[in-house]
Amino acid sequence: MSTTSRITATAVAAAVGLSALAACGAPGGGADAKTVTLVSHDSFNVSKSVLSAFEKESGYKVRILKGGDAGKAVNQAILSKGNPQGDVFFGIDNTLLSRGLHEGLFSPYKAKGLADVPAGLQLDKGEHRVTPLDYGDICVNYDRGYFARHKIAPPKTFDDLLEPRYKGMLVTENSATSSPGLAFQLGTIAKYGQSGWQGYWKKLKANGAEVVDGWEQAYYDRFSGSAAGKAKGKGDKPLVVSYASSPPAEVLGKKPAPKEAPTGVAAGTCFRQIEFGGLLKGAKNEKGGKALLDFLLSKQFQEDVPLQMFVNPAREDAKVPELFTKYGTTIDKPTTLPPETITKNREQWIKQWSSLVLK
Amino acid sequence: MAVPLAFFALFFAYPVVAIVGRGLTDGGQWQLGRFGAVLSDPDIVHVLWFTVWQAAASTGLTLLIALPGAYVFARFDFPGKQLLRAVVAVPFVLPTVVVGSAFLALAGRGGVLDELWGLRLDTSVWAILLAHVFFNYAVVVRTVGGLWAQLDPRQEEAARMLGAGRFAAWRRVTLPALGPAVAAAALMVFLFTFTSFGVVQILGGPTFATLEVEIYRQTAEFLDLPTAAVLTMVQFAAVLGVLAVHAWTVRRRETALRLVPASQTAHRPRGRGQWTLLWGTLAIITVLLIVPLLVLVERSFAGPDGYGAVFYTSLRSAASADSTFAVAPLDALWNSLAYGAAATAIALVVGGLAAAALTLPRLRKGPSGRTALVSRFVRGFDALLMLPLGVSAVTVGFGFLISLDTPPLDLRASWWLVPLAQALVGVPFVVRTMLPVLRAVDGRLREAAAVLGASPWRVWREVDLPMVRRALLIAAGFAFAVSLGEFGATVFIARPDQPTLPVAVARLLGRAGELNYGQAMALSTLLMVVCAGALLVLERLRPLDHSGEF
Repeated sequence: MSTTSRITATAVAAAVGLSALAACGAPGGGADAKTVTLVSHDSFNVSKSVLSAFEKESGYKVRILKGGDAGKAVNQAILSKGNPQGDVFFGIDNTLLSRGLHEGLFSPYKAKGLADVPAGLQLDKGEHRVTPLDYGDICVNYDRGYFARHKIAPPKTFDDLLEPRYKGMLVTENSATSSPGLAFQLGTIAKYGQSGWQGYWKKLKANGAEVVDGWEQAYYDRFSGSAAGKAKGKGDKPLVVSYASSPPAEVLGKKPAPKEAPTGVAAGTCFRQIEFGGLLKGAKNEKGGKALLDFLLSKQFQEDVPLQMFVNPAREDAKVPELFTKYGTTIDKPTTLPPETITKNREQWIKQWSSLVLK
Repeated sequence: MAVPLAFFALFFAYPVVAIVGRGLTDGGQWQLGRFGAVLSDPDIVHVLWFTVWQAAASTGLTLLIALPGAYVFARFDFPGKQLLRAVVAVPFVLPTVVVGSAFLALAGRGGVLDELWGLRLDTSVWAILLAHVFFNYAVVVRTVGGLWAQLDPRQEEAARMLGAGRFAAWRRVTLPALGPAVAAAALMVFLFTFTSFGVVQILGGPTFATLEVEIYRQTAEFLDLPTAAVLTMVQFAAVLGVLAVHAWTVRRRETALRLVPASQTAHRPRGRGQWTLLWGTLAIITVLLIVPLLVLVERSFAGPDGYGAVFYTSLRSAASADSTFAVAPLDALWNSLAYGAAATAIALVVGGLAAAALTLPRLRKGPSGRTALVSRFVRGFDALLMLPLGVSAVTVGFGFLISLDTPPLDLRASWWLVPLAQALVGVPFVVRTMLPVLRAVDGRLREAAAVLGASPWRVWREVDLPMVRRALLIAAGFAFAVSLGEFGATVFIARPDQPTLPVAVARLLGRAGELNYGQAMALSTLLMVVCAGALLVLERLRPLDHSGEF
């Protein structure tokens, strides 16, 4: 026996044993006309019962593929355009929308129920390449307890954040690596314009705003209002850039339910993100994809959205759960920017922001 | 040889070439001028400099701290040794997101060290370096310690009897024998820290970035494939350079070693010096490795109303919760184990065959003619097997996406994609662990056995197997543990209904709220226990005393 075959024998013996263990967990994949595939990002969720109701009703089996965070998922879809991984894409938002449209990712389809979506969310109204499915706001969150203890009113607007009494209180995220960070920067650009936002950030930095790379670190490690930050008083920043839905999430699972959420939202600092779905060009199951898109805009799915993904339904007539109505904040006048403007300037803005704030 | 070659060609070279090619061509024309443009960007130059600098510093620091540990584990017997050996390997396989925050709790603001001595490291590069030691301690202990334990101490004793001083004997006898293992360990640590992603992102803040972080940003964030392709090539070249140096050191140091069972070489510490060394090592392990892990456990039990198992019980109820998001911890655990087992199997076959091919005697003999050519080819192959460790997960992931997209190779939604990607990272471990031992097996032992009348099967069973088995088990353990903790590629391709533990942890951490955070900590603790358990089982599998087989 040569050395090779000796090692082969040992390795194969070990491998066979392990494969036997592994094989039990490996069901076969495979697409057919009865399967419809949804491609999305990590945050996509749906109630099992809602999904199986659709499966029963339509006769399709839904397969879900997730591809990392929102940006990565969109870029994956762009790289595989023409030969897409699935039939429907869920979760391209207004900060990435025109990149996807420009690349010709989607086939037009007017989903049922579009009439119940407010016009403000319909950014591709004329062509229906994408369908608005939900929206959420990125805003500064504050630690109610901290501001009550120190008898200071929490900030409400972008301008407030520059006031000396909030010096050193804000932690935000790196625009280059974090989507809430980028959204917050876009909010300031919408508010102060292409000529004014850099001046605003200079002042914000001078007022002690700190930047960390990711939302998890900002929210869990630095923000004093999050449960993790509160433990042992480790979080030292009472202001953080997060989501308008973070306060309801803080209440989730708490028994008994508190009177109000431990954190609040500065309503004048919000930037609106709208998420869209669309039929992927080259989809193998176009018919199933259309049915799935209708389902995503159906009242049943839309009412499932808030508690599954912590965003608001796109349909006006969808009922929002009590957790949201009781502990959440309705944002009346969020800032936003046209998708084309964002796509055109995105990279340049991030670079400018980096050299302005990080260096 | 054919199996590993085909495996790498198909699941590594082809996808990477596809994505890099896409970045470097424009309408069928090669755009090599981009190299100049990207590499003269001062920001990129800064990234390059920092990448090299921190990797060198991290490697030096890890060797400094972990080599005494390798000695202690190899030569001393003490209660709880096997458990501790399993525990020190746990950090290596935990997702960086989780460990990063645990590490901050130790060395960051308001952390344990801050409270005790006002010592804070989170704003300096020290946090990155120490975290790299934390992650890579086990690499040195296992790679070097594994061989060290099997070196015959009598050789050193003989040298001392012949009049050599203690240090001279160590330097002339033990050090050359350990050389390849130390080089292999240093190389691995350098590779990991050179391509560091999560650690730098979490502990470095926005001011520090490695090449790997930059490739991720350019690819995933900007979809700037040309820049990413140039950077990938630069990283490639750097990794190849490191591997060339490694191959050179190994060739210079290679000697047939006398290996003995580990149980014969270890003893209870004797004298003041040895006890000090043991306690010193234990102290370092406690502060640097165990305390951050304990912080994690502590957080998983710190419920809203004091300590309790509330997050664990809520995990169980999440299983029945009506959501595709919620995943029963047992399901995630089972997914992790199944993927890990499959990945280990693939890695063992591919890596084992490759390692065996690399030690074929006919390929290593003679500098003349065809054999020299073949042996150069073999060395090139050796280096190739290490490359997956030096290529970013995002490059491989995007490469999979655009290259494995047509039947019969449309694997983009296949269950096997995850173990395949994980095996890619596991194979180098198998090869690295097997090679030194395989190369050290003295061919004359086999010949002697054959001369004495043993059948080929008996030669294999009595000579090779005892020597290879331990290395094979260690290799399997490493490949399995790496697969359990693998995150970068898995998150890309894991199906949502079958998340692994690290993917489930990351999902929970991506949401606000006490419950989600607590559950993430609970799941991380679970992952930690499983990893330690798996490594512990392997330690047990190792025969304690097989001296009778010699």
